[in-house]
Amino acid sequence: MTGGSTTGDDGAKAPSTGVHEKREPWPLWEVFVRSSRGLSHVHAGSLHAPDAEMAVRNARDLYTRRNEGVSLWVVPASAIVSSDPDAKGQFFESSQGKDYRHATYYTKSDGVKHL
Amino acid sequence: MSESNASATRITPGNALRPEDIASSSAKPTAEVAEYALRLGDDSLILAQRLGWWISRAPELEEDVALGNIALDLMGHARSFLTYAGHAWGKTEDDLAYLRREPEFRSAHLFEQPNGDFARTIARQLVVSHYQFELYSRLVESTDATLAAIAAKAVKEVDYHRDHASQWVRRLAQGTEESHNRMISGLTLTWPYVEELFTDDPLIDSLGDAAVLPSTLRKPFDALITALFAEAELQVPAVPGAIGGGRHGCHSEHLGYILAEMQVLAREHPGATW
Amino acid sequence: MAVAEDQADISAGEEQFNSLIAQDSRIEPRDWMPEAYRKSLTRQISQHAHSEIIGMQPEANWISRAPSLKRKAILMAKVQDEAGHGLYLYSAAETLGTSRDKMTEDLIAGKARYSSIFNYPALTWADMGAIGWLVDGAAIANQVPLCRASYGPYGRAMVRICKEESFHQRQGFEILLELANGTQAQRDMAQDAVNRWYAPSLMMFGPPDDDSPNSQQSMAWNIKRFSNDELRSRFVGMMVEQVRVLGLTLPDKDIRFNDETEKWEHGPLDWNEFKEVLAGRGPCNAQRMERRREAHEEGAWVREAAVAYADKQAKHSQQKAA
Repeated sequence: MTGGSTTGDDGAKAPSTGVHEKREPWPLWEVFVRSSRGLSHVHAGSLHAPDAEMAVRNARDLYTRRNEGVSLWVVPASAIVSSDPDAKGQFFESSQGKDYRHATYYTKSDGVKHL
Repeated sequence: MSESNASATRITPGNALRPEDIASSSAKPTAEVAEYALRLGDDSLILAQRLGWWISRAPELEEDVALGNIALDLMGHARSFLTYAGHAWGKTEDDLAYLRREPEFRSAHLFEQPNGDFARTIARQLVVSHYQFELYSRLVESTDATLAAIAAKAVKEVDYHRDHASQWVRRLAQGTEESHNRMISGLTLTWPYVEELFTDDPLIDSLGDAAVLPSTLRKPFDALITALFAEAELQVPAVPGAIGGGRHGCHSEHLGYILAEMQVLAREHPGATW
Repeated sequence: MAVAEDQADISAGEEQFNSLIAQDSRIEPRDWMPEAYRKSLTRQISQHAHSEIIGMQPEANWISRAPSLKRKAILMAKVQDEAGHGLYLYSAAETLGTSRDKMTEDLIAGKARYSSIFNYPALTWADMGAIGWLVDGAAIANQVPLCRASYGPYGRAMVRICKEESFHQRQGFEILLELANGTQAQRDMAQDAVNRWYAPSLMMFGPPDDDSPNSQQSMAWNIKRFSNDELRSRFVGMMVEQVRVLGLTLPDKDIRFNDETEKWEHGPLDWNEFKEVLAGRGPCNAQRMERRREAHEEGAWVREAAVAYADKQAKHSQQKAA
C-alpha cells in the first residue's frame, strides 16, 4: 500500500510544488458527487481549496453547475491511500477465474423460474 | 468503459422558474407592483453587471467559477423581475434594460458601487446577500403570486450567496494583516450605502402585503451581521449613511458609466434583435 | 536498490506500458510511463489548460456589452465554463507531477504556450458568434478524439469538457444566424467576423502534417488519434455545410471536395503569420499575458489570507482537542 498525495481516481505522484515557490499553494482535493438519491458518490474530479469548508463550496460551484448532484464529498488528495499499481498481480489475480462466485456459472438451473 | 459513461456525472437542465416562463405567462402587474419589481430587478441587474467583470480576473480559478455562478443567479432574478414589470407597459426585459435612461433606473446606490479589490467586492456581497435573503424570505408570502414565485426561487440562491460572502469575510478578516486591513477598508467603503436599502417610501406603503417594508428587514439584518462580525472580530464601520435616491432615479455617479457600457451596442442598432 | 534491479523494474514497467498502448487501453497516473510520454503529455495538457484560461479573455471583453440579457447570461455561463475547463485540465496535468501553481507561473513568465488564436482581438459582437461557431467548433473537432486519449485523466477531463461544450458552438452559431437574418449592418458584422476568424480557426489544428514533428510520436502513444490535416479537412467539410444555413460565405475560394482522396481541401493558409503570432507577435499577446499576470498577482493576497486562516483554524482545533 502507498499513501501520499493523489489525484485522478487511482492516485498519482505527489505534485511537486516547485522549490522556488515561496507561497504555499492551496492544497488539492478530490470531489465525489452523488447524482441522485439511492446512488453512490462517484469521483467527479479535483480542485484546489484552502480548507475543507471552501473545498466543498468550490465543489458545488464547479461540479454541480448542471444539476449533476444532490450530495458532495470532498477529500484531501493527500488522505487517499491507493493500492500499488506494481502489485496489481498479487492484489487482483486471486479474483480471476473463480467463476463459481457468479450466477452465470450455474447453467443446469437455466429456465427454472424464480431462481 | 463506454465513452458516454466515462464522465461520472450526468447533466440535466433541472426544472425551476425561468424568466422565459414569466415572459409567456399572462400575469399582469399593477403599475405599483411593476414599479416595485423594477427596483428589485434593477438592483440585481446592476450588481450582475458589476460581478461579470470578475470572470477571468478572480484570485483563483475556483473563485472565477463561484463569482460567475452568483452573477448568473442575479441575472436570472433581474430578468424575471424586469420581464414581469414590463408586462405592465408592454415592454420586454431588454426594452427595460437597454432603452431606459439613467433617471428611469431604480437601483439603490450600493449595487452601483465599484468592485474595488476582492475585499470590497466581498463587503458589497455580504450586505447585498443578507439584505436580499431577508427580503426574499418574506416576499415569498407576497399577495402578488408572480413576485412570490420569483422570490421562492431566488431566496435559495441568495442563501448560498450569503454563505459565500460570510466565508470570505471570515477568511479575509482573520487571514493576514494585509487581508484584515483590506477587509476593514472594503467594509468602510461599503457601509455608507447600507441605509438606503432599509428606507421605506410611499410606493411600498401603497403596496400593502404585495411588498415587504424595507425597514422591517433592518433588525434581522443587523443581528446576523453583528453575530458574524463578533466571530470575525470586526466592527460595524462607524460611518454616516449616505443620502440615497436610487429608488426615485437619483443615482451615484457610477451608474452613467455602467449604463453607457451596458447599452452601447443595443442602442447603436435600434430595433435589431440579437 | 541495486542498479540492476532498478533497470529490471524499468523494463518491466516499459513492457507493461507498451502492452497497454498496444491493447489501446489506458495509462493511469501511478503506472510506469516513459519520461518522454510524461513530458509530452504535461506540455500538451497544460497548453490546453492555458488556452482555456487565456481564451476567456476575448469573450469576457463582451460580457458587459452583450446586446440582450439572455445573451449576457449565456456569455457569462460560457466564459465561466472555460474557467472550469481550464481547471479540469490543470487537474489532469497535475496527476503527472507538475502543480497548477508551477504551470501558472510558467504561463505568466511567458515560458508556456497556448492556442495562438486567442491572440486575435474580439472586435465586434459578431465575434462572439464566430468564436463560438468556428473556434469552439475547431476545438471540439480536436477534442472529441481526445476523449479516447491513452492517458486516463486527460480522456476523462475531455469527456466532461465535450459534454459541457456542446452548447458553446451552438450558441455561437445562433448568434451568427440571428445577425445574418437581421439588419444590413448586422449581416455585415457577421460576415466580417467570419472573414477574420476563418483562417485562424483552421490553423488551430496545428501545422501541416509534413511540418508537425511531434504528431507521429503522439499518435503512436494513442494520445492523438487523427493527423492535423485529417481533422482540418473534416472541419472544413462541416463548415461548408453549416455556412449555407447561415447564408454567409467562407472567405476561401479554393474550398473543394477532392473526389480522389475523398477529402475536403482549402486554400493556402499563412503559416508564417501563425508562427509570428505563436512567437509573441500577435495583436493581443502582450495584452493577454498582462491581464493573466495581473489577475494572478492581484489575487496573491487573497490566496495567502485563506491559507493563513486555514492554518490558524487547524491550530485552534488542535489546541481544543489537546
